[in-house]
Amino acid sequence: MAEAATHAAGQGETRRDFLLYATTAVGTVGTALALWPFVHSMNPAADVLALSSTEVDLAPIAEGQSVTVTWRGKPVFIRHRTKEEIEKARSVQDSALPDPQKDEDRVKKPEWLVMIGVCTHLGCVPLGQKASDPKGEFEGWFCPCHGSHYDTSGRIRKGPAPTNLPVPEYAFLTDTTIKIG
Amino acid sequence: MSGEFNNKTIKWVDDRLPIFTMLKHSAVDYPTPKNLSYWWNFGSLAGFVLVIMILSGIFLAMNYTANTSMAFESVERIMRDVNYGWLLRYLHANGGSMFFIVVYIHMFRGMYYGSYKGPRELLWWLGLLIMVAMMATAFMGYVLPWGQMSFWGATVITNLFSAIPLVGDYIVTWLWGGFSVDNPTLNRFFALHYLLPFVLFALVFLHLVALHAVKSNNPLGIDPKGPQDTIPFHPYFTIKDLYGMGVFMMVYLAFVFWAPDFFGEPDNYIPANPMVTPAHIVPEWYFLPFYAILRAVPDKLGGVIMMFGSIIVLFFLPWLDTSKVKSGRFRPLYKQFFWLFVIDCLVLGYIGAKPAEGAYVLIGQIATAYYFFHFLVLLPLIGKIEKTKPLPHSISAPVLKGGGIPAGATAKPMEKA
Repeated sequence: MAEAATHAAGQGETRRDFLLYATTAVGTVGTALALWPFVHSMNPAADVLALSSTEVDLAPIAEGQSVTVTWRGKPVFIRHRTKEEIEKARSVQDSALPDPQKDEDRVKKPEWLVMIGVCTHLGCVPLGQKASDPKGEFEGWFCPCHGSHYDTSGRIRKGPAPTNLPVPEYAFLTDTTIKIG
Repeated sequence: MSGEFNNKTIKWVDDRLPIFTMLKHSAVDYPTPKNLSYWWNFGSLAGFVLVIMILSGIFLAMNYTANTSMAFESVERIMRDVNYGWLLRYLHANGGSMFFIVVYIHMFRGMYYGSYKGPRELLWWLGLLIMVAMMATAFMGYVLPWGQMSFWGATVITNLFSAIPLVGDYIVTWLWGGFSVDNPTLNRFFALHYLLPFVLFALVFLHLVALHAVKSNNPLGIDPKGPQDTIPFHPYFTIKDLYGMGVFMMVYLAFVFWAPDFFGEPDNYIPANPMVTPAHIVPEWYFLPFYAILRAVPDKLGGVIMMFGSIIVLFFLPWLDTSKVKSGRFRPLYKQFFWLFVIDCLVLGYIGAKPAEGAYVLIGQIATAYYFFHFLVLLPLIGKIEKTKPLPHSISAPVLKGGGIPAGATAKPMEKA
């Protein structure tokens, strides 16, 4: 209907329309771009990003023991696994796993399991680090918030969590020291 | 216009800035259906609670520190050292619960009497936006004392957004300003918790503008036929609202003075610890029905969609309800299902407070299914098959003997008092 009006009024109106559309478009895009600094200011700041690695000495952790360390404000579970636990983790069929992943792909050394101790459902810290904790139906970890069960490789087996407990980037500096991040 | 004012100063101001005319128009002369019941008290009551919340909140903010290493202690200082700090905090904390009680009753009243039906669709929408803004404000306010429930509540709720495919994790990091709920999160939540009540205030203003354009619904759900069906807001409803406020204050202050932690969680008196999740995380009571819906679905994304869906479906209520009759008083079938729906919401609230195991899971799933069944199947259907009772001719008719039209009412409307 705007076109009909411009044609009726002659050529001058078309040029005016073009100017109006161009101005509106530039103004809209410009405003949208100007919003970015405000939005981005809410992303992690430089000091938050800087605190991104942690070193851990594994020597004092006996077989069958777990420790929890902090990395980027999150708990990281480090478990010195027993032979049975490793065997249990490796004998599972893929079909029994909601998020299939081989135990071999989740560890650098089979006895050391390192993973972020944050339930992939809604971010609670699963239980199972202490000997007295409930470990769930698969003898790994159990999230008390909404009932997710993880196995001895930290893989999700039952409950609402969609994925396995994530393995952070880490490296062995020596045989008994790791650097997370 | 301002010829109505005798006072010279008022007249002088009003000629230049017509605030007195506006006030007279909307709070004094506003023609109100004369049959409003006490269920109509809850709107003004909600506005009253908002004022209490803003006032107590401003004074609390003068003593609160939004830093993870100081927040918990600053709240304890308010409780122990600040003069009347305990009163301010308990008024604010219990005021939050009262706000939701009042608003939920206000909404159920709207549902029973069909107050969302045309021409009040936008009035209903603004009310829902007020509810959503209230929920965001309440959630962020609960994080500020930085106790265990504050921290873990914030963690669980912000993690809901991680369910969004592809960009979920980026959104959560952006919300946190880091890689977990931490100091940047607490800071922004405080900023937003202070901002949102003023947004709420603006929404309440628009809610009132819309209300005064379409006028109040009433228990009969029929429009006033003329001045004989309405009375001026002042003094009839100002006094009725004041009376309601008095009763409300007795309930509210009973909690503040004798059971100030009734609605709270003991775990929130333990300082936040990012390494230990409390054994049993529960949100504040007013979120429990929605929390139950979230947990009813064994899939993360599915649960989040259902939870947000349970609020979004309310926006479609004016079109899902196909009945031409507004008030539940004349809808024998709807009336029964309305109460079933109320019970369903209470069941959901109960399930939300229980751990997600055993029979609670199944009951939660049935109650969730019924919630959506009510809106998506029952409401469209009932409107089609229900045989409604005959509507009275006017608001005055049922109270006058014989129930007919008062003699001469149509021909010569009564003069407004």
